[in-house]
Amino acid sequence: MTKLPIGLWVEFIVEWAQIHLEWLFDFITMIIKLLVSGIETIFLAVPPLVIIVLVFILVWFVANRGLAIGTAIGLFLIQNMQLWEASIETLALILASTALALVMGIPLGILTARSDFAHKLMMPLLDFMQTMPAFVYLIPAVLFFGLGQVPGLFATVIFAMPPTIRLTGLGIRQVPAELVEAADAFGSTEWQKLVRIQVPLALPTIMAGVNQCIMLSLSMVVIAAMIGAGGLGTEVLAGLSRIDIAKGFEGGLAIVIMAVILDRVTQSLTEKRKIKV
Amino acid sequence: MSKIIVKNLVKIFGDHPEKAIKLLKKGYSKNKILEESNQTVGIYDINFSVNEGEVFVLMGLSGCGKSTLLRCINRLIEPTSGTITIDGEDITTAAPQAVREMRRKKISMVFQGFALFPHRTVLDNVAYGLEIQGITIEERRKKAAQVLETVGLKGWENSMPQQLSGGMQQRVGLARALANNPDILLMDEAFSALDPLIRKSMQDELLSLHNTLNKTIIFVTHDLDEALKIGDHIALMNNGTIVQIGTAEDILTNPADDYVEKFVEDVDRTKVLTAEGVMKSPDPVVFLRDGPRVALRLMREHGISSIFVVTRERKLAGILLAEDALQAVKEHKEDIKGIIISDVPKVGVDTPVIDIIPVIADTKFPVAVTREDDKLAGILVKGSVLAGMVRRGNNID
Repeated sequence: MTKLPIGLWVEFIVEWAQIHLEWLFDFITMIIKLLVSGIETIFLAVPPLVIIVLVFILVWFVANRGLAIGTAIGLFLIQNMQLWEASIETLALILASTALALVMGIPLGILTARSDFAHKLMMPLLDFMQTMPAFVYLIPAVLFFGLGQVPGLFATVIFAMPPTIRLTGLGIRQVPAELVEAADAFGSTEWQKLVRIQVPLALPTIMAGVNQCIMLSLSMVVIAAMIGAGGLGTEVLAGLSRIDIAKGFEGGLAIVIMAVILDRVTQSLTEKRKIKV
Repeated sequence: MSKIIVKNLVKIFGDHPEKAIKLLKKGYSKNKILEESNQTVGIYDINFSVNEGEVFVLMGLSGCGKSTLLRCINRLIEPTSGTITIDGEDITTAAPQAVREMRRKKISMVFQGFALFPHRTVLDNVAYGLEIQGITIEERRKKAAQVLETVGLKGWENSMPQQLSGGMQQRVGLARALANNPDILLMDEAFSALDPLIRKSMQDELLSLHNTLNKTIIFVTHDLDEALKIGDHIALMNNGTIVQIGTAEDILTNPADDYVEKFVEDVDRTKVLTAEGVMKSPDPVVFLRDGPRVALRLMREHGISSIFVVTRERKLAGILLAEDALQAVKEHKEDIKGIIISDVPKVGVDTPVIDIIPVIADTKFPVAVTREDDKLAGILVKGSVLAGMVRRGNNID
């Protein structure tokens, strides 16, 4: 039996896109670069100490004192390991990819909740996106966008978006049917029903999706660094290629610190919003 | 004047309702149609009219189509065929825009599970219907606060719904439905989720609100007692269609068919039966002049542990317990006056069984049944009440 040239087909599609959609990729590149470098510039313009104090106050405000103290200690440690700039690069990448994933993922999630057809179409696609090894995304990313932060962010968004879509869809589908019916019975338009009833009630679940999205973005940091996305991932990769345990561990530790801070902060945001249904 | 006229209304659930309608015309049963065409008949052949300002009850067991029928009236469910005329206009052909307008201004709904929005305060729940019409926040909150006051929830405006008890939550549901000042209220098992006592008071309150507001109400329930109590007219549904429409009395006295008869038979007899119907004859009793030995012998003979004591005119004096009588005998007392318990539970002969049950449940003694002149007419023990109810039930079969 002859081998089906599945790989060749995909290659063909990618090459076609590379040629004919260049304008689109250029446009996307421009926007992403602007976004990432904008975030980077802002954070690097402010002295680390000021940022640490501001983050300390913010975390205390949205979460609690213990977490705020832990956060400050973690950030001082990063600064002390001289990984501040790399961390900011990583943070910019994560924030930008999370923002893009949310901007696309939440409307798509709402769509899957409202249309059974969209749901049936989207679910296998999401399974595919999540189970395909993240490395594979790097290949077309590099072809489309070259090396650097932009392809790294592209691969990260594809990898991190599925839980946002899934959990947004799930949250909205879980709004009790009687409440949706009540919204209809009083003459709500579809839009009024969505923004006044469904989204607010789905918010805890949507926030869990946001949290997942951030965590998955972080997990892509090292992989994205392989195509030159920079940041803490580069430190870890450098440690690996030189068998430099100290460098690798410090880079890894900084990623862990960022992960814990981002996770706890987004989780406590979710907790505060939780409403008993 | 008829406010709502429903004619030949049919609702088929499924992709090919025309198949089911064809079979319906041939007189096939619901089950047969489901088997033959894979279509579910929700309701069929529904004809009725509702007068302006009346309470019209749709009653039947779960699955009989009453909730489906109710939802056709505000088109939460699209009817398959037939017409629903409200104020002379057929709403089954109204455009979505017109349906929305109708739901905003003319018809409101109260839900079985309250369906309050948990992320909004009580006040903003009530104001929801006004809010989506684009009414300003001051105006809608003012209106909502007024309506909350009419349902007796003044002071709860800023609470969250889940902080309220079930009965209060449904008052919010009612207030929310009233806030738009609709002509028609659709109430879907509105009180079924409430405790019996609260349900009763909500029924009373609905009736008094109805007297002042004069809305046309369509009320769905599976509880015949509720239907009989609040309905000006009652439509009894079975298996997707209406089997009888009439006043409470029509339905109780002239059941249209076996189904209605069987339904009516289940009217809560505890409300109809009185103490006189279930009591045992007051035998044995002891008289006040009798001594403890006489009392003890009577109790031993009849195998009972307490006995009622009456005066010469057979007026109730109290109850004597076996252990007290025994004690008195040991102490050679001749008189029982000092040892009887005069504070005994008693009910009048006309007391309905439903009010007797809590009395019996609360006491370890038998309950005395007395006439107006306080004469002992009978005795109630748990067993005799149950037996009395069962005996009545059997008689009707």
